[in-house]
Formats: sequence, C-alpha cells, structure tokens
Amino acid sequence: MKENLIPIFVILPLAGAFLISLLGKRIRGFSDIFSNIIAFLLLALSVYSVFVVNSVGVMVYKVGMWSPPIGISLVLDSLSSFMLVTINLIAFLIMAYAANYMEGYTAKWKFYVLFLLMLTGMEGVIITGDMFNLFVFLEMASVASYALVAYGTEAEELEASFKYLIMSSLGSLFILLGIAFIYGYTSTLNMADIANVLLQKGPGNIVLFVSVLFIMGFGLKAALVPFHAWLPDAHPAAPAPVSAMLSGVLIKALGVYALVRIFYSVIGSSPGILFVLMFLGAISMVVGVFLAIGQWDMKRLLAYHSISQIGYIFLGIGLGTPLGILGGLFHLFNHSVFKSLLFLNAGAVEYSTGTRDLREMGGLKERMPVTAGTSLIASMSIAGIPPFNGFWSKLIIILAAVQAGHPIYAAFAVIASILTLASFAKVQKYAFFGKLNKKFKDIKEVPVFMRGSMILLAAICIISGILVIPALSRFFLGPATDVLVNGTDYAKTVFGAIR
Amino acid sequence: MGVYILCLVLFSVGLYCMLRKRNIIKIIIGLIIAEYAVNLFIVLLGYRMEGRAPIYAANQEILNMVDPLPQALVLTSIVIGLAITALVVGIAMRIYERYGTFDITRINKLKG
Amino acid sequence: MNKEPKGMTLIVKTAARLTAGVILMYGIYIISHGHVSPGGGFAGGVIITLAFVLVILAFGKEFSMRKVSASIASSFESFGAIMFLAIALAGFLGGYFFLNFFINKGVPFTLFSAGIIPLCNIAISLKVGAGLFAVFAVLVMLKFTNGKDKG
Repeated sequence: MKENLIPIFVILPLAGAFLISLLGKRIRGFSDIFSNIIAFLLLALSVYSVFVVNSVGVMVYKVGMWSPPIGISLVLDSLSSFMLVTINLIAFLIMAYAANYMEGYTAKWKFYVLFLLMLTGMEGVIITGDMFNLFVFLEMASVASYALVAYGTEAEELEASFKYLIMSSLGSLFILLGIAFIYGYTSTLNMADIANVLLQKGPGNIVLFVSVLFIMGFGLKAALVPFHAWLPDAHPAAPAPVSAMLSGVLIKALGVYALVRIFYSVIGSSPGILFVLMFLGAISMVVGVFLAIGQWDMKRLLAYHSISQIGYIFLGIGLGTPLGILGGLFHLFNHSVFKSLLFLNAGAVEYSTGTRDLREMGGLKERMPVTAGTSLIASMSIAGIPPFNGFWSKLIIILAAVQAGHPIYAAFAVIASILTLASFAKVQKYAFFGKLNKKFKDIKEVPVFMRGSMILLAAICIISGILVIPALSRFFLGPATDVLVNGTDYAKTVFGAIR
Repeated sequence: MGVYILCLVLFSVGLYCMLRKRNIIKIIIGLIIAEYAVNLFIVLLGYRMEGRAPIYAANQEILNMVDPLPQALVLTSIVIGLAITALVVGIAMRIYERYGTFDITRINKLKG
Repeated sequence: MNKEPKGMTLIVKTAARLTAGVILMYGIYIISHGHVSPGGGFAGGVIITLAFVLVILAFGKEFSMRKVSASIASSFESFGAIMFLAIALAGFLGGYFFLNFFINKGVPFTLFSAGIIPLCNIAISLKVGAGLFAVFAVLVMLKFTNGKDKG
C-alpha cells in the first residue's frame, strides 16, 4: 500500500494549519516548533516519494475508493515528485528562517496558519489528477497568498495585495471558464480521461479556445510578460519569507507546473502552443531584465528578475525537445533555490538595517559576513557564473535552443543573462561592497536560524550543479523530463497504474 | 444559444466594471458579477431540455435529469468566491483606513 | 431618554427575539436532513449564522459580542475543519482516504443513513457557520486604529 503516501502530502499541512489556529495562540512557541516539524516531515516524505516512484512507477490514489473517471484521483509521477521536492525543500528552509524573522510581527501563529494553507494548496495542485480539484487547490493557495501579501497591513502592502487579488482572481475566472468549456466538450473532469477523449475526438476549435483561456489564466498566475503587472508590486510588499515563497515556488507550482501539465499531458502539445510558450518566454526574459536593471529597491529588483527567469523556464520547456525540457525543469529547481535565497538575503538586510533602498546601503560585508557571502553566491548563480547551478541550466537551455533551430531565442537568452549579471553586479556593489555607511556602524548579523537557512540554500546553490550528471539525473531530473516528453501517454500510464 | 451569449454579456459587464471603474467598491462588484457569469455558464452547461432537478427521492422514477456535476462545481466555486469577497472587502476597508479614499487614482504609493 | 439606546427599536428587538430561535432551528433541520433532501452543511451553516447576525443587528454589537466573540467563532471554525479532516482520515480504517467506512449504511431516505455524509455535513456547518460569523464579526468590529494586528 505505497499509494497511501499520496494523500499525506495534503493531510499533513492542512491538519497542521488548523491545529495551529486552534492551539497556536494559547501555547507559546507551539506554532514555531510544530510547523517546522511538519515542514521537515513533508521534505522527508517528498524525498522518499522520489525513490518510491523510481522503483514502483506512477501511482494513482483513488479518494474514497471511487475509480478515476468518476471519483477524484491523486496521481504521483516523476514530475510531481520532482516538484514536491522543490517546494518542500524551499518551504522547510523558509519556515526555519521565519521562526526568527517574524518575531517583529504580532500574532505569528496567523502567519504559520496561512503559510501552511498555501503549502497545502500548492501540494494539492501538484498531486491532483482531476481538473476541478486542481482549480480548488489553486484557489486555496491563491487566497492564502493574498492574505500573506497584506500581512503587515501597511498602506503599500494593502495596495499591492488588492492589485494582486484583482488580477489573480481574473486569472482564476479564465481558468474556471476553460474548465467549463473542456467539461462541456469532453463530459469528464479527470485529467487522464480528458486526454483520452481529446485523442479520440481530435482537435477542435473549442480546444484552441480553451488553450487561449488557459494561457491567459495560468500566464497571469505565472507572471508571463503581458500579464506580469501585479508581480513587482505584490512580491516585494510581503514579509521576506513570504516573498521568497511567492517568488521561489508559488508562481512555479500554480503557473508553470499547471500550465505544463495541462498542455503536455492533457491537451497535447501542438507546434502552435509551443511557439506561443517560447515566444512569451523570450519576451518575459528580455523585458523582465530590462525593467529590473533600473530599480533601486532591492526586493523590487529581485521581483523583476523573477519575471525574467520564468521566461527562461518557459523558453526551455516550450522548445519541446528532451534537452530543452530538461534545461527548463533544471532551471525551475535552480531558480527556486537562488531566488528564495536572494529574497531571504534582502530580508536579512532589511531586518538589520531597516531599509531596502540600495542607495542607502554600502559596505554591509563588514558587518554581515554571512548575508554578504551567501548573497554573492546567489548572485553569481542567477547570473550564470560557471561553477554554480544557474550556469548549467542556462547553458542547457541555450544549447537546446540552438540545437532545435532557434538561434535567435538563444541569442536573447545570452543577452538577458549578461544584463542579469550587470544588474547583480550593481546589487553587490551598492549593498555589500564599498564604504560602510555611518548609520549602520552598530548593526549586527541576523539570528541563528536565519543564518542557517541562508547557508544551507547557498550550499545547495553550489552543489546542485551535479544533478545534471547522468548518474544522478537518472533518478531525479531524467524521469521528470520523460513525463513531459511522453506527452499524452500520461493517460495510458495513469489508467495502467490503477489497481 | 441565446442564454450563453447573455452569459458572455454579463461577463463583459463585470470585466468592464473591473477595468474601467475607479472606485474600489465598484471594482469588487465587477469581480463578483464576472464570477457569477462564469458560475451561471457552468450551470447552463449541465442543462438538458425538459430536465428536472437532480434530486433523488423515494418512490420516484426519474427519467430526465439535468447533469448534477456542474451544480456541485458551482457550489464549490461560490464558496471560493465567498472567501475571496470577504478577504477583498476586508482589504478595501483597511485601504480606506490608510488612504482615506476609495479612488484608485489616489491610491498610488507604489510606482508601477 | 436618560441613556443612549443600543440597537434598534423595541419592535425590531421583539421580532428578533421571537424569530432568532426559529431560524436557528431551521438551520439545524437543514443540516440534519442534508443527505436526504436539498440543502446540507453549507446552506444550514449560513442559516445558523444568519440567526446570530440578526441578533447583532437588532441588539447592537456591544451587547451581542459579550456573548459570542470572533475568537470563539474562529476556534469553532478550526474545530469544524479538524472534525472534517478526522472523518476523512477515519476512512483509512477501511484503507482509503475519505472512504465511506460504515458497513451498514442504513435505509435510504431516512434520517440515519448514508454513512459519513451526515457527519461531514455537521462538520461543514460548523466550519461555514463559524467562519461566516467570524468574517461578519470582524468586519463589524473593525475599528479604525493604527494597530498592526490583522483584521
């Protein structure tokens, strides 16, 4: 009964959230310890799930013993376990960081409740095999994230949260409309069954219309360029752990993963869809980095870079070749690690100095060596300096673009990478190098848990380049890539796995 | 076909209200209208000519029943909509507290 | 008038006093018959909330909030959620999450039938009723202060 593993991913954070909301305000310190234990358990389980999926193959869980075309099914395949590891790794480290960082806010347990609800939503999106269930979990994660952005209830945060809420709800409406059309066309909501019916019925105009709706909806959640306006406001406004979570994994779980799963496994990737994904990815890449380079607010600059890096992921996955998909997924993992690390660094600087403006900082290297060191590693990672992980994934994406016959996109990727390097050189110069500002003579390094999680993330930045070595890639990245390469064989695999 | 077009009109009204109005409360109302247009569309998808409500009752043979699944979906989507509405109204009240206005052209502490 | 009148007029108060209990009972009826007739946990929970909201509207928030506060409602909400999750987890007794684990599901169309569904309805009604009441209470009680506490 290895299938019983699957629902645990939803049960554990959900139970944690409600237990904390019941007991958190009564017992001191309960919320810190309990939520960290839950995050650690989730991380351990998701690493275990990688091994299970590698040995057993795709697993399908029938909720309430109803067989899939009728009941809700949960599906765990290699792509899901890859995403679960990414999310839970980041979530665990951010949770440890938040134990210190959130001291300044009242009612810390409310933060943990919302955080765990957001985690539940993301994991649900990843393991579900049902279209409407995906929508429900997506909304759950979104609603929790709206509340988290507005957590401090300062003027800017409320404004950002309102903007984010309106835009993102509009995206959800498009997704719901798409699901309605697809239900009208195929009379089923199970993702594997939809894929089967669509294969039999062949592509129609409805499918094209649904594709457009999904690109708009999930594109809004993933902040692709024509739909990106909410991200530079919403991500910097939140407290640092929340920004790291939103930028690091939320846009990937709700946007990239859902879009890729639907377009590759359910609807089936046609050249037109791939062209749109690639084109939007390339545009995001360049526009994001151009907008980022002129920013002086540290977190806002990072938020614009998120748009740019999401562009890389979409370019890689949109190429449709095995190498491109491998590069895209690898960059997804790497971006989760270094972008959350950069946001945590920005949070640490804000925690100690109280400012996010790059022009007011300077010479922080002397007073905050850990933050400066980890930030240097993360900056080099995101800019693609050789030994770090960002280099390898960008290299694979560029090579794949050339190999697939799109040298122009490859050139765009190189240009965006150079501009990324320039803008992070600026961050390093103004924030950490140079002369120490008089104001900041007595600042201290951040507390121990914040330091610990930043160091761990930096270590992952250094070593995770080895994941692409064939011996290791066979376990982790390779199977996840195969899921996407096999496309609509998803349906056959899922129905084959039902016992 | 006509009812579907009316749904589209309702959705467009909501969208216009969200994008064009300057008052926060009106934007929220627009969001709700658009949401209900989508819900209405889903319910209409499950309709069958001369169908009756999908309620299973004792001593009754039901021959022609409308599709019950969209109704379950709409119930879920209404609950989600309720959560979003409650949250956005709370945020709007807080915004009024901070800025003293509901006019979005005057709520502009953020640059972009 | 020697003191500030709280709430609405005597007519409204009397009417509310008479009807609030009936509304509450109707909500409980809807919940308990959720599995045999239209309605269920969500609708019943909303109706129960409306009984409380009626009391707040008629008697004023200062009077009513002494009896039921938002934090109590929030505790009930969490309790409802945990109860629902516990029912779902109890399905593991039969090997599956959310399994309707009662062997003997009773006679259809009677009050005691349908296995876990009435229990789920009760949990949902607690969650929805308390949650909606908490939202209402928070919005009513929201004072325009500069505190950092989230509403």
